[in-house]
Parts: sequence; structure tokens; C-alpha cells
Amino acid sequence: MEFSEIAKLVAERFGERVVGVVAEAIDPWIEVLPEAVAEVARFLRDEPRLRFDFLHCITGVDYLQTDPKRKIEGQPRIELIYHLESMVHRHRLVLKTILPRWKDGVEGQLPEVPSVCSVWSTANWHEREVYDLMGVRFLGHPRLERILCPEDWEGHPLRKDYVMPLEYQGIRGR
Amino acid sequence: MAVEGVDPEVAECDVRTDEILINMGPQHPSTHGVLRVVLRTDGEVVLEATPHIGYLHRCAEKIGENVSPRQWIPYTDRMDYLAGMNMNLGWSLCVEKLLKLEVPEKARHLRVIIVELNRIASHLVAAGTYGLDLGSFTPFMYAFREREKIYDLFELVCGARLTYSYITIGGAMADFPSGWLEKCEKFLNEFEPVVDELHALLTDNTIFIRRTAGIGVLPAEVAIDYGCTGPVLRGSGVAWDLRRDGDPWYTRMYEGYEFHVIAQTNGRYPVERPGHPVPKAAVLGDCWHRYYVRMLECVESMRLIRQGMEKYSRAKGGIGEPIKLMQKLPKGEVYLETEAPKGQMGFMIVSDGAAIPWRARARSSSFCNLSVLSELCRGCLIADVPAILGSLDIVLGEIDR
Repeated sequence: MEFSEIAKLVAERFGERVVGVVAEAIDPWIEVLPEAVAEVARFLRDEPRLRFDFLHCITGVDYLQTDPKRKIEGQPRIELIYHLESMVHRHRLVLKTILPRWKDGVEGQLPEVPSVCSVWSTANWHEREVYDLMGVRFLGHPRLERILCPEDWEGHPLRKDYVMPLEYQGIRGR
Repeated sequence: MAVEGVDPEVAECDVRTDEILINMGPQHPSTHGVLRVVLRTDGEVVLEATPHIGYLHRCAEKIGENVSPRQWIPYTDRMDYLAGMNMNLGWSLCVEKLLKLEVPEKARHLRVIIVELNRIASHLVAAGTYGLDLGSFTPFMYAFREREKIYDLFELVCGARLTYSYITIGGAMADFPSGWLEKCEKFLNEFEPVVDELHALLTDNTIFIRRTAGIGVLPAEVAIDYGCTGPVLRGSGVAWDLRRDGDPWYTRMYEGYEFHVIAQTNGRYPVERPGHPVPKAAVLGDCWHRYYVRMLECVESMRLIRQGMEKYSRAKGGIGEPIKLMQKLPKGEVYLETEAPKGQMGFMIVSDGAAIPWRARARSSSFCNLSVLSELCRGCLIADVPAILGSLDIVLGEIDR
């Protein structure tokens, strides 16, 4: 199925919760509201015409200007990108959602998004990775713990304003 | 003494002992690197296996957003260090897709030859060390002897034996040296009979079959649900190979090539060894099938290399120029997956128009393949854990990045 048809199906079903459809990108994407992610995911997997049964990966991208020479477009935000594929119908889709960098604008409060673990088991480890490195809380995840960094690590290294610690457990950094 | 709610006969025969937690790794030889698996066992039975990863985390993605794409290439071949060429290719193709840069015909065939050689090398490690895990030392020596020959060939083209940084954005760092194709041909002729020897040593070995057949059965739906790819997915009978089914930007590399996707569909493999049927004890999706898919893929890779060498020698022109070290990238987001030996290796680049990417992402195949371990180990015996782990063929450098 072509991207435009997929986008139409999703837009028909979810109406205003689909925020944007960008068809002219190299990998065209659909953007949905964060609270609708799990519902959209379930629809994408179960709808017989779509059947997105395979989740490739979940990527988090932090948009925050830290270098005066590199301006970012729009507000500071975190984008979550889901790459999906249907092995049955052989089509691909990129699903996006945009979160604030901090929940309610309070620094230190991680933004929240519903987990898609129950839709694709791949998401279990990928969401843990995004939580660990990017600092996004996935609601309804069975075991949201750090996966690559040690349990007592502070901060989320892939955030643009992350500062490398000077010391960890008596080991000197830098 | 009667236990309430339990059939007295069952209670009498119940030999349940205390549950014990066993730490396997991170320095255990059969975990193939620094992987720690915590086993909750009841006697010899594993109730739960929880993998703990991260011991080799080197922040590759964070480094990727601080260096230019060409500077990140040396970091990619340290991900799956057993298939560095395939990692270089994955990232190069991803950036090329963003740049809309097509490599010349000759470079295309050069890449096919190189990555397929590396696929054989990687599968040889998988098969050899798998024998080692199960207590058979000889196949390991046979496999590593052949792998050394492949590494000698790689040394001739790029000077390195493990971390090549050879395939780069825009082509490759250098053309084959003169006389290299003959050496490659010689290797293939020597390697062909060795495959049969490995089959005799492992594949048809009764002890090996009894250790692997019917162990760790992974149904196709579960494999897809967990995002398993590569030989793990094909071992479950799903004929899915990105070289055929992937992104057009990747599949065009294999345009004009003939090869089979190795997976058992409708009860048979596309390539069969006369006189050596699949053992009766083997169940589709078990350890034996995952191993067998790799062995058959070695032969397919040889076919691809032979075709590649012929096409390469006929192709006119050069092998292309690598892009400038600090070349400005166009704005955009690109995701591309390639079929690496261990599964689908995905790379993503997010560019804001500068020379250094805004975000570089590596989707690791072993990462997803390993996540299914706890599912496979539930209810198996402790001795089967290395057998299952070995059949998944993971590389920790790629999992932890």
C-alpha cells in the first residue's frame, strides 16, 4: 500500500489526533499526538489492510539549541520515531510523536508517552534504551529500567544538554 | 503430610527444590562476550533467564553526533567487529541515501564481494564457536583456519584484519590490489570442500543433533513479534532477506545477482544436500535450524562472490571517490537497514544541514535477537542455555554500542 493511502486510513480513523503527514520526506512520516501512540500502534498492527507486524526500532531525537551556530527549527522538544514494516503487505511506515523536553516544563520531570510493549515485544528493550539514554518515561512498560548504563547512573546521555559526570563510583571521568 | 489444595499423589512425587539464582557471565566463555545472564533455576530446570547488557557500552551514538559521517565509520566497524565490512556498508549506504549519491557500477560489485566474504567469516565464527559451546573443539579449528584466509584477503585490500573502515561513503577507500581476484578465487576453491567437512563434523553429527534439535524452539510469530532478524528469523521458516526484500536503495546493490533466501518453507530448504536430509528430531525454529541456515548461507555467499567477481572484472570505470571529510549534508532524516550476517542492521541519520549529523542512530540486530532469550530459555535445562545463546549468534559490541 502506498504511503498516501496508509496516511488516509490513519487520518480517517484518528481524526485530529493525527497532527501531521509529511509525504515529501525521503522516508515519509505520520505524526500523532503522544497520548494516541499506543492506540495508533494497535490499529496499525491489527487493521487487515495495514498489518504492521514488525517494529524495526524506536529512536529518540533531542532538539535543543546548545551551540549558537546550530539553530534548531521550532521549539525545544523530543521526537520519538517508530519505524514499522509489514511483512505481510511489504510496506513501511514511519510514525512520529513529539514530546516536551520536560513534563509540564518542570526540569527533571521526564516526559511521558504510552508504551507500545503490548503491541510489539521489540518495544520492550527499545523503550528501555530510549528511557535510559534519552529520558522518556513509557507508561505501562512492564519493567522500565536502565538497560545500557548502570542502574545508579545519573542523567540521560543522549540529551543535548547532558554534562558528563566528573566522577562515578570513585572513577575519575574526563 | 497432606498439602491443602494439592493432589496428595502429586505432593508426594513433587521433587521441587529451592529456587537458586545463578549468575552466568559476564566473564563466562559461552556468553560470547561480556554478557551476564541471571538464571533462576529449580534444580536443573531454568525458570527464568534475564540477560543484563551494557558492559561494553561506548556511547557510539553520542560520538556519532559529534563527528562527521566519514569520521564515524571507524566506530561502526567496532560495533559488530566480526563483520566490520557489513557495518561500514550499512552506515555508508544510509548516508548515501541522504546525499542521493550513487556509487559507480564497479564499486557496487566490489562491495558485494567484500561484504559476502565478511558474511562467510562471521558465519564461520558462529558455527565454530557454536561447536565449542557444545563441547566439540575440532570444527572450531577448521572454521578459524578458513576465517584466517578471509582476513588475509582483507588485509591485502585495506591493511586491517578486524576493523577495516574500508567501505566508505561514496565507494571504497581503495580498489583491489592486482592479483587479488585470483587469490579470492583460490580461497573459494579451497573453501568449498571445507563446508562439507564442517557439515560432517557438526551438522550431521549425532551428538550435535541431540544437543540442538528440538531445543529453544522459536515460532515464526514470536520471532517477528520480538523483532528477530537474519538467520534467527529465517531459522524459524520466514523467508525474509533484506538483500531481496529490503529498501530499494539497498536491494539495487544486488540487482542482477542470483541467490536463494535460505529458509525452510513448505518443509524444504531451497538448497538441499543430497543424501543428508534434515534430521527427524529437528523442529522448525530450533537451534539446529538456526545453525543450518548459516551454513547454507555460506554457500550462497560463495555463489554471490563468484558472480560479483565476474561482474567486477567486466565493469568499466573507477570505484568512485569518497566524499570530503567535512562535507555539508542536506537536511533530512533517513533510516536504512541492511542484511548483516547477524540480522538486519539499521542506521539512521538526522541532519540539520551541517557537516556533523544532529543524531546518529544504530539499530542493532543482536540487540533484538538477544531480547528473545528469556522467552526461549523458559523451562529449558541449564546445559541448554549455552546451546540457545550460541544459536542466536550475538556480538556484544553491537548490542551495547
